[in-house]
Amino acid sequence: MLYEYLFQPFVEFGFMRRALVASLALAVGGSSIGVFLILRRMSLMGDALAHALLPGAAMGFLLGGLSLPAMSLGGFLAGIATALVSGIIARFSNMREDASFAAAYLTAMALGVLIVSLRGSAVDLMNILFGAILAVDDTALFLVVSTATLTLVGLAAIYRPLVVECFNPGFLAAMGVRGSVYHYLFLGLAVLNMVAGFQALGTLMALGIVLLPAVAASFWAREVWSMTLIAAPMAFASAAVGLLVSFHVGLPSGPVIVLFASLFFLGSLLLGSRSSVRTRLSRPVHLRG
Amino acid sequence: MSATALRLVDLTVSYDRHPAVHHVSAEIPAAEMTAIVGPNGAGKSTLLKALLGLAPHIEGRIECSARRIAYLPQQAEIDRSFPISVFDTVLLGRWSRFGGFAAAGHADIHDAQHAIEAVGLAGFERRPIDTLSVGQFQRVLFARLLLQDAYLVLLDEPFAAIDSKTVADLMAVIQRWRAEKRTVVAVLHDLDQVRRDFPNALLLARELVDSGPTLRVLSAENLLRARAMAEAWDEHADACKVPMQLSA
Repeated sequence: MLYEYLFQPFVEFGFMRRALVASLALAVGGSSIGVFLILRRMSLMGDALAHALLPGAAMGFLLGGLSLPAMSLGGFLAGIATALVSGIIARFSNMREDASFAAAYLTAMALGVLIVSLRGSAVDLMNILFGAILAVDDTALFLVVSTATLTLVGLAAIYRPLVVECFNPGFLAAMGVRGSVYHYLFLGLAVLNMVAGFQALGTLMALGIVLLPAVAASFWAREVWSMTLIAAPMAFASAAVGLLVSFHVGLPSGPVIVLFASLFFLGSLLLGSRSSVRTRLSRPVHLRG
Repeated sequence: MSATALRLVDLTVSYDRHPAVHHVSAEIPAAEMTAIVGPNGAGKSTLLKALLGLAPHIEGRIECSARRIAYLPQQAEIDRSFPISVFDTVLLGRWSRFGGFAAAGHADIHDAQHAIEAVGLAGFERRPIDTLSVGQFQRVLFARLLLQDAYLVLLDEPFAAIDSKTVADLMAVIQRWRAEKRTVVAVLHDLDQVRRDFPNALLLARELVDSGPTLRVLSAENLLRARAMAEAWDEHADACKVPMQLSA
């Protein structure tokens, strides 16, 4: 019966309810971050940033064991440090920022794997890399929901300068505004979202729910705000459906959720209203003017 | 020529220690149209950036009486695939009024509508900017300049890759600024147009060749010298012994 499939898991199991609320919060906050990541042509830098959390989380793990606050704080500090260091390297050398990000995150990743393998077991490593949304407890839920709140309020506050900084940074500078302030505020929010995501989806998967819905939305929306409005429900839908499928079929939830987000991406790529495959192929007649 | 809008005093702007503008002293008259002319790499755009306070490293002095400066960048500096509408782009011209956080007032929205009509783009308000042609997008940027309501307007190659109809329409906007006693400084490459429309010119080849009335500045002799100076540049030059006198 439909009710059993769709609702019973959530009615019956507390961990499913927590996972659902966590994924709703992640979807709303993360996908808005994703929209700006792709508009700033930073999707791969976001990926690098997510990986860079690893050594921090590992240090937290070394010092505090499998404690979420310790690992999250470590991850957050590592992410911020990576963003700042690569920004500074790019500013003081002729290196492009994407290249310095790559250098920073590869270093961080290697360091992180090394630290975990020094102390923990392979299971711990898998936990950090791939997360466990079904293991989200009240502390984690609190962290994820606060992050989503802070992200939405923060993005709303810096929305206009951030948008202008994306598409015409020279104009902002001519108005006497330091665009880099908003760049780093945004990076801070991005790191925060990846920290929130990594408990649920892991450092490798966290970006899936951030970026894929945003990319999918870019095939439908014509403006930034509408892109965000389209991306968030897509992210939540993939999380909810992914949770249910992984519950019923017994698959790991993180990858399933991300795969459903990929389905949204594929569907939008094929059917979207802006520069999708459909609009490329189906132009039987041209317009009059 | 009465008052001076801008005075450059021994101005040097350098990137990575290489000067792009070298010991330039000149005056730009107020309420007048001045063209900045010179070969590629002569430091024209750099000079505009320095006037805006955006150049990385400057020596010497810029004296400027205008409080608000409007600036038209080269189109390459703008991400034209960004999902934003024509109306929102134009409305940004009122940034000095509402800044990064406050709401735009009714007057601002009304004026933005007017500016869009003034540049001949009525009906394009909700179009995303990535659907516009180069010429149409330049009209959008001019509408934004109109909204900035500045007494010093800096234009960096306003007519690069623009058709003659659009050039004529946008020249009319510039003439209107002049009638309103605003100072216009434009980087231009079309010397015929400079001779026709701009009474004042500044010929640059990293160093100042000449500045003043266009007919005198754009003499065959000066243009030849500008080209020779640009070509004779030595990238491995030793440190400059400041202050250097320019042999005229």
